[in-house]
Amino acid sequence: MLAFILRRAGAMALTMLALSFIVFALVNLEPNLRKLALEQNNTRMEAAAVERWLTENGYRAPLLERYGAWLGGVVTGDMGRSTRFRAPVAEVLWPRLGYTAVLAFWVLVTMIPGALLIGVLAGMREGSATDRSLSVFAIVTSATPEYVSGIIFTVIFASGLGWLKGVARAGAPTFDTLALPVMTMAIYGMGYISRMTRAAMAEVMTAQYIRTARLKGLSFRAIVLRHALRNALIAPFTVIMLQFPWLLTGVVIVETLFNYKGFGWTLVEAANNNDIDLLLACSLVSVAVVLTTQAISDIGYAALNPRIRVS
Amino acid sequence: MQFLSAGQIVAQALAQFWPVWLCLAAIFGAGLAFRGRLGLFGRLFHSGVGMAGLGLVLFWALTAVFADVVAVHDPLAQFGAVKRQGPGVIDPVSGAAFLFGADNLGRDLFSRVAHGAQFVLIIAPAATLVAYAIGVALGLPAGYFGGRIDAALSFLANLVLAFPVILLFYLLVTPGVRETAIPNAMAGVFFLFPLLVAGGAIWLRYAGRRAVLIPAMAAVIGVGGWLYVGLVFAPPGPFVTLAPNVLNIFAAVVFASSPGVFRIVRGLTMDIRTRDYIAAAQTRGERAWYVMLWEILPNARGPLIVDGCLRIGYTTILLGTLGFFGLGLAPESPDWGSMINQTRGFIRLGAFIVLPQTLALASLVLGLNLLADGLREQALRD
Repeated sequence: MLAFILRRAGAMALTMLALSFIVFALVNLEPNLRKLALEQNNTRMEAAAVERWLTENGYRAPLLERYGAWLGGVVTGDMGRSTRFRAPVAEVLWPRLGYTAVLAFWVLVTMIPGALLIGVLAGMREGSATDRSLSVFAIVTSATPEYVSGIIFTVIFASGLGWLKGVARAGAPTFDTLALPVMTMAIYGMGYISRMTRAAMAEVMTAQYIRTARLKGLSFRAIVLRHALRNALIAPFTVIMLQFPWLLTGVVIVETLFNYKGFGWTLVEAANNNDIDLLLACSLVSVAVVLTTQAISDIGYAALNPRIRVS
Repeated sequence: MQFLSAGQIVAQALAQFWPVWLCLAAIFGAGLAFRGRLGLFGRLFHSGVGMAGLGLVLFWALTAVFADVVAVHDPLAQFGAVKRQGPGVIDPVSGAAFLFGADNLGRDLFSRVAHGAQFVLIIAPAATLVAYAIGVALGLPAGYFGGRIDAALSFLANLVLAFPVILLFYLLVTPGVRETAIPNAMAGVFFLFPLLVAGGAIWLRYAGRRAVLIPAMAAVIGVGGWLYVGLVFAPPGPFVTLAPNVLNIFAAVVFASSPGVFRIVRGLTMDIRTRDYIAAAQTRGERAWYVMLWEILPNARGPLIVDGCLRIGYTTILLGTLGFFGLGLAPESPDWGSMINQTRGFIRLGAFIVLPQTLALASLVLGLNLLADGLREQALRD
């Protein structure tokens, strides 16, 4: 198992290196650099002056050399300076990530139990009325992207009923400001996870050992809770972990929609304002989150499922 | 300001869609009458879910085809007098009715929604098709040969999959990227795959039969080459071309969705290659690529069609996301995502201003998901 984890970590580091280089190259494209020079000085600067400024500030060094310098900085904790917020990247990024962690925490706390409950209820009696109506619910929610459901919920709960607020404030979470963003994200993810749980549960319920348990005379409740559930929850675990890239995209959409100034909002600000260092740092964080959750999903799957042998 | 009554709005809106209803009735009539002879498509008419999905998808596809007839006004025309007015408002200057109201610039929401269907229903299926060609061309050998090829290709696919889509778009769909040759280079590589798959499949099967080979190859090279040159190089002349920003979006969407297709094709190939008919083909001495393209691929079509429907839906969501963030699309463009983005700031004035485009997008994606569900249900009956 240890060797497996080490190998996964190695592959992850390699992926991270490749991805950060791709991002670095894309963010440092020639037009972006010229735009940066114009923004940092004055917009009517001549081409020769732009060239001089870029050379003086080290933007004309070979890409690999600059990438090496940037990577060295990141490893030692220096991620450069944000031009949009006029502060070191670390000072901008970490508090914003904290706000998003609060949002993500509430999303996960509501989404996972809800999705598992729906999936198990639907899957334990395949084809029943409960199953069919829950399946329709799952299809409808997973077909409605956050920027659609968020707007519909705002129309209903904020403009219509006036219960909740359509604008969220990062840093000071209250129920009426946080409820809409959390609801929007949780319901979108719920559809997919509950469909996967349902499929896993339905498959387990047709297994031989469930029939044996039934023939032994166990109650339906005991069969579901003690025999089926444990095996049915392995697949959703992987699915939930692999949901994180979607969750990150969802965070960006929802934070923009509700003006919640967390990580996603920062990413959008950095990209829209040609803030090279901040965008690089944001990309690094999102890619790291995705890769870590993928690795946890693989390792957890192997650990949870004794039938998987890692070699 | 004068308004139409609710009944008049509904009646007029339904009437505007007349060519759509007509074609829908014709397709469903024909489908129900001949469902026994239409294979998988015909069997859709046995499932309520499948029919509902098909209906929704066809509704929007036909709206896209007849957008000019369905729309009341020019989607870009601005009527200053009716800015942000609710559904059914009548323009005091021209006397024309705005069925779903007018947006923040006084443009007719009804007409914009109808025209918005065009953008989505051209780009989403086309991008999915190209992504499928790439996924098939790379997923088949990865699953069939395994080993190093598989390891290298899977590593590449995982690289792309590790990007949250939105980050990928913020890096790839920017004015800066459009100034470089990156979008054209990406398109140049991506559009080769459909040509290679189609050309290769024909060559492998008909190499010995000249009577079929020559016209089929000429058709693939002629039509495919003509499309390829037009789309990638955009030369002057009678070519199909895309605006630079649309090409940029197209390339980014294909890039984002092809690794997913690759994984599915790879998984299916690994499963199917252990079957007896594959062993039979190998024993006959068929070439590896013949086995992949003519034995494995046709037998993987069921799950691939279902996944294709879901993927078109997902691409629709992606295009909406691009519009929502104002990435790559012209601000006046009547696509649903951009419309949502521009009108959502006025939600306090009333929900009407943002609901038509949100419901349009949600209903199309829902239709595609229901269609996929119906197809899966029917395909499993084999």
